[in-house]
Amino acid sequence: MIRARAEVLATIRAFFADRGVLEVATPVLAPRTVTEPHIDSIAVPGYGYLQTSPEYQMKRLLAEGAGDMYQLGPVFRSGEFGRLHNPEFLMLEWYRLGWNDSMLMAEVADLVDVVLGGAEASFVRYGALVDTPDDFAYAQACEGLSGRWFVTHFPKSQAALARLHDDGQTAARFELVIDGVEIANGYHELADAEELAARFDADNIKRTSLGKPQMEVDLPFLAAMRAGMPECAGVALGVDRLVMLKAGGTSLDEVIPFR
Amino acid sequence: MASYSTNEFKSGLKVLLEGEPCSILENEFVKPGKGQAFNRVKLRNLKTGRVWERTFKSGDSLEGADVLEIDMEFLYSDGEFYHFMKTDGSFEQVQATVAVVGDTKDWMKEQEVFQLTLWNDDPIAITAPNFVELEVTETDPGLKGDTAQGATKPATVSTGAIVRVPLFVNRGDVLKIDTRTGEYVSRV
Repeated sequence: MIRARAEVLATIRAFFADRGVLEVATPVLAPRTVTEPHIDSIAVPGYGYLQTSPEYQMKRLLAEGAGDMYQLGPVFRSGEFGRLHNPEFLMLEWYRLGWNDSMLMAEVADLVDVVLGGAEASFVRYGALVDTPDDFAYAQACEGLSGRWFVTHFPKSQAALARLHDDGQTAARFELVIDGVEIANGYHELADAEELAARFDADNIKRTSLGKPQMEVDLPFLAAMRAGMPECAGVALGVDRLVMLKAGGTSLDEVIPFR
Repeated sequence: MASYSTNEFKSGLKVLLEGEPCSILENEFVKPGKGQAFNRVKLRNLKTGRVWERTFKSGDSLEGADVLEIDMEFLYSDGEFYHFMKTDGSFEQVQATVAVVGDTKDWMKEQEVFQLTLWNDDPIAITAPNFVELEVTETDPGLKGDTAQGATKPATVSTGAIVRVPLFVNRGDVLKIDTRTGEYVSRV
């Protein structure tokens, strides 16, 4: 188990070294966290929050001019435990300057080919999987996808931090699903600070309607976006699940030690 | 009763669903990365034995069901009810309807200990011991010369149940029967 994991990590690092993408390490524990309605952070009293993704901090580095970068590190999400979920998991996140979501999907497919062996990836629009946006219907539809699938054209309401397509109705967001398992989520990144601020406010309103506490908006992140983040595409990939698929497993029990 | 949230659901937990007592069999956490979390839950209805699959939003809760599984000795049947007594020396009795006893009636031997599922102190299900010993009350004599391997004939036992038995079994024999399959195991 630990050997399979080590091999995947070595493969990922070699993949990015070949392509001149810089490895970075941002803090796992930081003063602020995301406002996302359906992602709950683990608070560390007196210090802040364990990060649910390195996204905001990596984007601050991008705004500083750091260039193409990736990060491999643990992220934390409260209350997520199951066959395919663990409150702590290993995330691979990377950003490509000047790229759009299509170009990044091609690179995600390349990386998966290297780790799992080559196979054709197909594309399907969110709207072809689910009639009206619904998280459970979407999850069930994804479970039924065998092989490698990129889900594209998420509805505007599920844009998260992706920019919208020219149609104004769908987002330049994609997810990679392999044999029914969600593996990665990526965007042609939204860099417009005012639009981001509006989405964070909408998140907090949604949190209230769900009976959850509102989260403090990450102002240093918004300040960095105002200063200007270069055009880019970024993606986050669940490494434990990828290792699980490589090992032919069906549960994270098989790949995460001490679980 | 206390209520239980989806994150407390685990195999064996007894809850009320649509007013029916159920036992949780499986609880699967389902969540798209950016989406709402759900729990896909399989429950067995303890009254009917049917398995239900239901989806709950994570954080939803169900009321607990006051369900107790207890060993009790079968005393007698009066035609309408089957009467059982606790084995803890309290002599406390409960009665189960014919409907609750269902097919288990085939193995209802007096003084045998059965597992009763009580909901709010009323029996809702009865499980026979895996093996019971019952006397043959009726069977044809084995035909002379019929020695075919594995040949069987029907035999009626003291509870009225009919089991397939080997040809050498006679009226008055006591048989060990597997209640899960209804099959003859051996002569005692």
